[in-house]
Amino acid sequence: MTQLEPTASPILRMEGVSKRYGGVRALAGADLVVFAGRIHAILGENGAGKSTLIKILAGVVAPDSGRIVLDGAEVGFDSPAAANRAGIVCIFQELSLIPDLSVADNIAISNPPRRFGMIDRRAQRRLAEEALERAGAPDIHPLALVKDLPLSRRQMVEIAKALARKPRVLILDEATSALTAADVAKVFVVLKRLRQEGLALLFISHRMHEIAELAAESTVFRNGANVATYAAGTKTDNEVVEMMIGREYSHVFPPKPAARANGAAPLLEVRNLSWTDRLRDISFTAEAGEVVGLGGLDGQGQRELLLALFGVLRGVSGEIRVAGAPVSPSSPHAAKAKSIGMALIPEDRKTEGLMLPMSVRENLSFAALGRVSRGGVVDATRESKLVGEMIDLLEIHTAGTDAPAGSLSGGNQQKVVIAKWLMVEPRIILLNDPTRGIDVGTKQEIYVLLRRLADAGAAIVFYTTDYDELIGCCDRALVLYDGAVKRVLCGAEITERALISSALNIGTEAEAAAATGPRR
Amino acid sequence: MSDWRYRLAQNRGTLLAFVFFVVMFAIYSSNHPAGFSANVVQTAANKGVLLALVAMAQTFVVITAGIDLSVGMVFVLTNCLASWIVVGTATTAALGVVGVLLTGLACGAINGLIVIYGRLQPIVATIASGAVFFGVALLLRPIPGGDVYGPLADAVTGRIFDVAPASLAALVVVVLVLWVPYRRSAIGRAAYAVGSSETAAYMSGVPVGAAKFCAYLLSGLAASLAGLFLTFVTYSGEASAANGGSYTLFSIAAVVLGGVSLFGGSGSAIGAIFGALMFRTIGDLMFVFNLDPLWQPLFQGLVLLAAVCVGSARLFQVRNRLELFP
Repeated sequence: MTQLEPTASPILRMEGVSKRYGGVRALAGADLVVFAGRIHAILGENGAGKSTLIKILAGVVAPDSGRIVLDGAEVGFDSPAAANRAGIVCIFQELSLIPDLSVADNIAISNPPRRFGMIDRRAQRRLAEEALERAGAPDIHPLALVKDLPLSRRQMVEIAKALARKPRVLILDEATSALTAADVAKVFVVLKRLRQEGLALLFISHRMHEIAELAAESTVFRNGANVATYAAGTKTDNEVVEMMIGREYSHVFPPKPAARANGAAPLLEVRNLSWTDRLRDISFTAEAGEVVGLGGLDGQGQRELLLALFGVLRGVSGEIRVAGAPVSPSSPHAAKAKSIGMALIPEDRKTEGLMLPMSVRENLSFAALGRVSRGGVVDATRESKLVGEMIDLLEIHTAGTDAPAGSLSGGNQQKVVIAKWLMVEPRIILLNDPTRGIDVGTKQEIYVLLRRLADAGAAIVFYTTDYDELIGCCDRALVLYDGAVKRVLCGAEITERALISSALNIGTEAEAAAATGPRR
Repeated sequence: MSDWRYRLAQNRGTLLAFVFFVVMFAIYSSNHPAGFSANVVQTAANKGVLLALVAMAQTFVVITAGIDLSVGMVFVLTNCLASWIVVGTATTAALGVVGVLLTGLACGAINGLIVIYGRLQPIVATIASGAVFFGVALLLRPIPGGDVYGPLADAVTGRIFDVAPASLAALVVVVLVLWVPYRRSAIGRAAYAVGSSETAAYMSGVPVGAAKFCAYLLSGLAASLAGLFLTFVTYSGEASAANGGSYTLFSIAAVVLGGVSLFGGSGSAIGAIFGALMFRTIGDLMFVFNLDPLWQPLFQGLVLLAAVCVGSARLFQVRNRLELFP
């Protein structure tokens, strides 16, 4: 029935929608046509423009140009509330629930039932129970606080909350990623019923089998534009991956050395590392001189893995060995000590990497204060010497060592963050997406630097959302999916096709089996 | 079925404050030379209600994850104003009361506008506005003095049927008229949402600005009620910097003791009221046990520290150390 050509006009149409964030083009003339009573899937790799598209529809960001037509009338939303009023409701990937309020309060948050001006708690309770029932989660107590619920239950509350708003267009942005298999099955029943009821559903997921089960048609996004729309069942998984590929290479990478084998214990060895439900049984090694990339879609546990290694997480199980000796860093302070020698270049340089109002010199010495001070007093001469060396080494462009770090350009700020950790002379360097939001020139300098550090004997573990970097920089790449290593790619095996298909957790069994590392 | 268990868990802070207060007050009155008499209760009530009202004012703002360091100054300002205008005949006094409350609302509105539209941090905004309010109070009453409409003052600070203290009854009325409807209104719900997670509240289409503004407005109103009540107790107005400062700080202590989270999003003004009464009872307890009043700040501090420690016990469960830093 859903295969039939729609006779009605589309409920929602986006035409030529564009959006830039500063110099970055997120959407470039994207088109999308959505019909009532059908489920429409949206596909694309990291940074293809999916989330921007959804944010525009949900009223979170305003487009720079283009039209949105709802029921034949052009609309524009200046807030999520406005989008909701028009009947467009989005279930976001980052939960939009309020932790300190009860489930019922949350479900009715935007428009609670009122009597004599006050919230009618009994009516609200009924509404919440109804919505939970409709969402297939009648087991959740309406009076429980959201913060006391596990993640998968919260996601169900999120779905119930969206349903309680009586949407006409429902957007599910990775809404199933936090759910257990049993919940996914229930949600699918609900989604199919909503489709019968005439809702238009936009379904964003990276799970190909979910899309195959639900969607009547899919649109693939690449480089901020829709590249193809196809009816369900007309394309194979491989063809879909083919459509998602096609980024132009814009970076120049330093040559990789030939693979070397030595008998020594690997500098970093991780065995069966697990943490809550976010990291599952991760094992890998990183030899001295090797750049190991972490790939996969955003939020599959890469960040947690780096934090776990660096001693930030509590209750990590499994084994970490540095140069053969088991270690268990209990804090970043312990992890950076000489015996372990680890450094983590964090994801968000503005909050986790730099003290923006403080000087470049102070920022550079923070991690290495032990090295530049004698008897608890900072040795100014020694500090200036080391700081000067770092500024020369990384070619940091600054008005002087006393200029505030915040006055530097993004690329130079990132260099300061990296240099700060090089001051402690680490042997294991963990990087969390170090090139995000910086200019191409600085990116290339960072690639060269990473390779030089590796050649000097460091082991580098490098998480990046940019597939080009995994291909160009890394000797090996681990692809994470749902907190576990799905695939290990070595040398020439690291291709865009292999990265995308394993990030989406598809690909032929044989291919996967051949390429998987020694453990799991 | 298990509704009551959820309700109990969510009001634990309020209930704990209530239980602690009852225990402390029982110890106090059973050791008081005059026993549990109407007089003892009335004196305790008049002292307690002042702080309870200021603590209530603080609660409105703290729930939105803000803080109002001007509550004590609004309290002092409205006291000075009341000592000028709540005088004369019953009619003029009634108009005066309205004027005092409107002044409180205006102070709250100023704070709200600065915080919401000026995008200043509440702590800075209210330190500054508090200083302004105190300046106006000094202009009104350079030296302590003034008067108040006697019959009203006596009625509010006296006893009902010669047993129950009228001030407590007045406090209950304030709670019923101000807090209970607020707690159950959509705008009150929005205030909790904003305090718990402003981003999630915004993404859910909650009126974030209106909720904050309303919280500051009600904070000003509650503080002016306290100022009015102070005038009834003292029969005069005084621009006392000491009063303004200590009531501000004590209101924060009372809020914490009452189980209101300084991170916002949870707690109740009723808890804060019992927190305030508890805080006041500490001093009374020292009196009946013949301890030097010089020890009072020390004991108040220890009680506060203990309460804060209990409140932060959940930090032991945090699995990602980055979450330890708010």
